[in-house]
Amino acid sequence: MKKNNKLSLKPNSALNNKTGSWRTSRPKTDYNKCIGCSLCSQLCPEGCIEMIKTKKGLKPQTNYDYCKGCSLCANECPVKAITMKSEYNTNHHE
Amino acid sequence: MKKEKKYFLSPGHNACSGCGQLSAVQAVMRGLNKDTIIANATGCLEVTTTAYPESAWGLPWIHSLFENAAAVASGILASLKKRGDKKTKVIVQAGDGGTFDIGLGLISGMWERGENILYICYDTESYSNTGIQASGATPYGSSTTTTPSGKQSIGSTQNKKDMLAIALAHNVKYVAQSVAGFPTDITNKVKKALTISGPAYIQILSPCIPGWNIDYGDAATMGKLAVKTGLYPLLEYENGQLIHSSITKNFKAEPVENYLKKQGRFKHLKATDIKAISQIAAYNISKYKI
Repeated sequence: MKKNNKLSLKPNSALNNKTGSWRTSRPKTDYNKCIGCSLCSQLCPEGCIEMIKTKKGLKPQTNYDYCKGCSLCANECPVKAITMKSEYNTNHHE
Repeated sequence: MKKEKKYFLSPGHNACSGCGQLSAVQAVMRGLNKDTIIANATGCLEVTTTAYPESAWGLPWIHSLFENAAAVASGILASLKKRGDKKTKVIVQAGDGGTFDIGLGLISGMWERGENILYICYDTESYSNTGIQASGATPYGSSTTTTPSGKQSIGSTQNKKDMLAIALAHNVKYVAQSVAGFPTDITNKVKKALTISGPAYIQILSPCIPGWNIDYGDAATMGKLAVKTGLYPLLEYENGQLIHSSITKNFKAEPVENYLKKQGRFKHLKATDIKAISQIAAYNISKYKI
């Protein structure tokens, strides 16, 4: 810890800033359609899409704490597996 | 307790939703390893990632002024040399304002000294951070706040500065051009640039949502269209020789309208202006054909 005392700002401290509140619509990934190419994960300006191992292979998992809902992933998905759903009709506790 | 993930650039920065530049930065970060020091010029990237008291960076990162990122990097390299550290890489990140206009003199000095520094320019084709003023990178016909379009004006009347040619004139060993929208291409170019000892320059077209007046999810589409129309080809020079280009023998250019019509900054253009821009694309196609 002593080493960090001289730093004016802590590394990755922007993680405190939950930019998910900016979102008006959220991306939903259909794992049956998804081919696991990881393009969405590579393009995401937030870097908040992580490829995770599932029974169906490598699939993207969006971190809604930070996703700003820009729809870049949905636009670029080669198999159109990602759809944008309005934030106001979404059940947050599903 | 779950171990916290470490990021080179973490989420939580406050760039615009769908920012093309940050998309490109994420691709650049995947090409780096942890032994890297970043010198950052003033610009969107600096402002959005380091809003006090938070920083999105997980790598050693320094910002001094708009113009001197290259000189700061030179200083870091000199210090590493004195310590006998040969492993740590030094990179500079700047926008097109800091590269094409304000920092050009110090960049020239850095290249003249032939220092082993990778310079990355995120080209948004305007001063996006301060409110879309025209820069040396603003292309012909683009409407910005200092070159507004109107009855008597078509927007910027100047052509884009050829920064790649300036880099090549300094005998920069590795010069490349890429766009946001091809993340693998960016990552590969960064990895390659780091294997080369000597100066390297990578310029990445980064669509700006408010600056270009495009839809939130369109940054990658715009980058790809810039390549497909021939206005911003993917290029790679090694030791002054063009070794890779997206314009190959079988290249069929898309009409430039497809690129221009989707952007608010080009909305005012008439058929004759579009023809003039298609001539720029045609010139690129003949110049960069491989």
